[in-house]
Amino acid sequence: MKNTNNQTQTVQEQRNRISYGMTLLVVGVLIYLFFGINTTATSQTTFSLNLLGSQAIPLSDLVLPAQGTIYLMVGIVVFTGAYQLARGVKSTGLLVGIIAFTFIAAFLTWATQDKSFNLTGMISSSLVRATPIALAALCGVISERTAVINIGIEGIMLMSAQIAVVTATMSHNLYVGLILAIIFGGLIAAFHAYLVIQFKVDQIVSGVAINIIGAGFTSFFSSKYLQSATDTLNNSGTFPIISIPVLSKIPILGPTLFENNIIVYLMLILVFAMHILLFYTPWGLRTRAVGEHPKAADTLGVNVNFMRYINVIIGGMIAGLGGAYFTIGSVGRFDELMTSGKGFIGLAAVIFGKWNPIGAFASSLIFGFADSLQVKLQILRVPIPSEFLLMAPYIVTMIVLTGIVGKAIPPAADGQPYEK
Amino acid sequence: MSKTASSKETKEKKETAPTGIGGGSIRDALLVPTLAVITGLIIGGIVMLVSGSNPIQAYGALFAGSFGSPSAILSGLQAYFATGDNTLLIKSIYPFTESLVTATPYIFAGLAAAIGFRAGLFNIGAEGQFFIGALCSAFIGYSIKDLPMIIHLPLALLGGALGGAIWGMIPGYLKARFGAHEVVNTIMMNWIAFRLSDWLLKGPMQASNFRPVTPNVFASAELPRFFEAPLRFNLGFFLALLAAYLVYWFLFKTTLGFEVRSVGANPDAAKYAGMNIIKNFVLVMSLSGALAGLAGTAQVLGVDHWVGQGFSAGYGFDAIALALLGKSHPVGVVLSALLFGFLRSGATNMQSVAGIPIDIISIIQGLVIVFIAAPAIIRWFYRIKSLKIDEQTVLTRGWGK
Repeated sequence: MKNTNNQTQTVQEQRNRISYGMTLLVVGVLIYLFFGINTTATSQTTFSLNLLGSQAIPLSDLVLPAQGTIYLMVGIVVFTGAYQLARGVKSTGLLVGIIAFTFIAAFLTWATQDKSFNLTGMISSSLVRATPIALAALCGVISERTAVINIGIEGIMLMSAQIAVVTATMSHNLYVGLILAIIFGGLIAAFHAYLVIQFKVDQIVSGVAINIIGAGFTSFFSSKYLQSATDTLNNSGTFPIISIPVLSKIPILGPTLFENNIIVYLMLILVFAMHILLFYTPWGLRTRAVGEHPKAADTLGVNVNFMRYINVIIGGMIAGLGGAYFTIGSVGRFDELMTSGKGFIGLAAVIFGKWNPIGAFASSLIFGFADSLQVKLQILRVPIPSEFLLMAPYIVTMIVLTGIVGKAIPPAADGQPYEK
Repeated sequence: MSKTASSKETKEKKETAPTGIGGGSIRDALLVPTLAVITGLIIGGIVMLVSGSNPIQAYGALFAGSFGSPSAILSGLQAYFATGDNTLLIKSIYPFTESLVTATPYIFAGLAAAIGFRAGLFNIGAEGQFFIGALCSAFIGYSIKDLPMIIHLPLALLGGALGGAIWGMIPGYLKARFGAHEVVNTIMMNWIAFRLSDWLLKGPMQASNFRPVTPNVFASAELPRFFEAPLRFNLGFFLALLAAYLVYWFLFKTTLGFEVRSVGANPDAAKYAGMNIIKNFVLVMSLSGALAGLAGTAQVLGVDHWVGQGFSAGYGFDAIALALLGKSHPVGVVLSALLFGFLRSGATNMQSVAGIPIDIISIIQGLVIVFIAAPAIIRWFYRIKSLKIDEQTVLTRGWGK
């Protein structure tokens, strides 16, 4: 029995090895065909590494021969592919990383040939754009670890965004807006938790209802009050950028990580705090137990429904923070439906990141990167319609969900109400 | 999982025992949705009151905007019979027909979500399928010249259905083959559809350089209208009713429909009984997508005759609300689509007369969903002791199960 198991496993491994190897070789050929052929031997690509207005120590621009760089990328992929076919690499994550890196590097080199492109600006704006997605994803992670799916993140963020900007404008204090947005997010999540735990409402239905009410209520309020009184209700200003002394002087890393506003910092702290909370504290152990096997957890004296309430509410507060980002963290005013699906992207990031805070954050970065890439490419006037690049993260998510890049396994009891 | 489900069922049976078998089942089936709608309207009224509007005036305007005023219809009829002049009559029935026009895509979209629910699939991507269906039918409508209507119109309808079906089939296949959850995948397909349409409307399908809209479809691809110019009431409404009948027939009168419902009720048992889960998932998602595509098609060919950006906004969530409200039964869906049609259509009048933003309807819809999904709230609120809770339709089962 065990032997046959092993055998099927090795057959499966071998099949994976070959398919990954072939994929890498195909990617190499594609890079050559898409970007290599179209590049002239003499053209150069300039990557600027300094962000305008940043305190970091300036670096000289990175000037690369375009064709040479692209051929180097082709070389890396083809070599990895050949090695994979011959020997096999254990980590599929590494392979996917190599594919993504070489393809993006070759693409950028090709797109900016004979032009200049600000690499640091790109990385820094990726993090900023990833912030609301990451916060939505963290909300999803902490709720789903206790087996409550919260699809209403979008609605929570929308309402919190509005609360934040209106209260901040009225009180002339951004922190009032921030705190109220967080509290409000927690309240809506409590409502969701109450529906799904007390009344055993289908979790996705409850989330959908929250989304509809959120969209309806914010739009109602916006057209009834905000549009006619922009200055007194909907003009809060935004959080200032806080430069962390010394660290912000580091080139590239400084402007990316250490020159941000408070919400971005809070997001970064939350990612690691949640990781520690979930995996290194008794609280986290109970949370995960409730998500995996509520009955067993109950037998051992864990209050299943209490854990669910608390975690969903914490999640809602995080989503509320994410909502605040949209208004007082970035533009200082509320527009109807301004979250534009970021909450759903966050949900995808949860699955993409395998219900792990750090994984979810990394996936959010990918979405943030794609988002900011699209904006930058419009400036470079690349001959590919930006709409197709914008599709990429969604397509990637769908591919990831098929389980090709490692199976994403949700908490075992995810989505089910608990009955004693 | 199956164990908890069965224990739940017995629990419910115990609760329902006093009512007796079949006693007032129609009353019970209608009671919760009706009370949910009424409660939603009451809370909506409270929101209006708080925001400084008069809810009675507002709901009056809503009623006038959705049904028309009875006295105007009467005088219109009198004028028509007296003089043969129908301008007054047309004007007076305009609100009513406009509500039916608004309800048409809702019927299709609600059926799309309902058929998914019946198979335990949550098609949240009706919005994308709607858009793709609309684009496909518009393309066939404006690109092929000089076809007789009897060929052109069915072709355009078919194209729209096919476009939606493909958009629904992909998540269905991914669900069946890889267990990838359809909620996330249909949302992803929505965004792909929006980006694709952005590109199409600014490039290959753009009518002129000024606005990102398609050219108008030819008259031979338009759904025929029954009345003169301002009235837009068209064949689409009856096609929607026909679709509702076909869905009913499919679900309850065919073997395949039985399979679909079995898969929805208990996939493990269905599999054990030799039913092909993969086939059923793909089939249902394709049908669901086709219906959503037809919703867009009916809107394009019957009402707008062209497609622009943001064309499908809101239909995806409305579809889910409709299916929930109609308990995933075609008749229920038609009734709730009519309700939504009248609400939406009347809300425009309410906005102009009472100054209440149309978005109040979304709030009411969301509340209605909450009440339908949690009948216990309604029971508690109205102190109904012997309310029979009918068998719960399985809606979703977490991620990828």
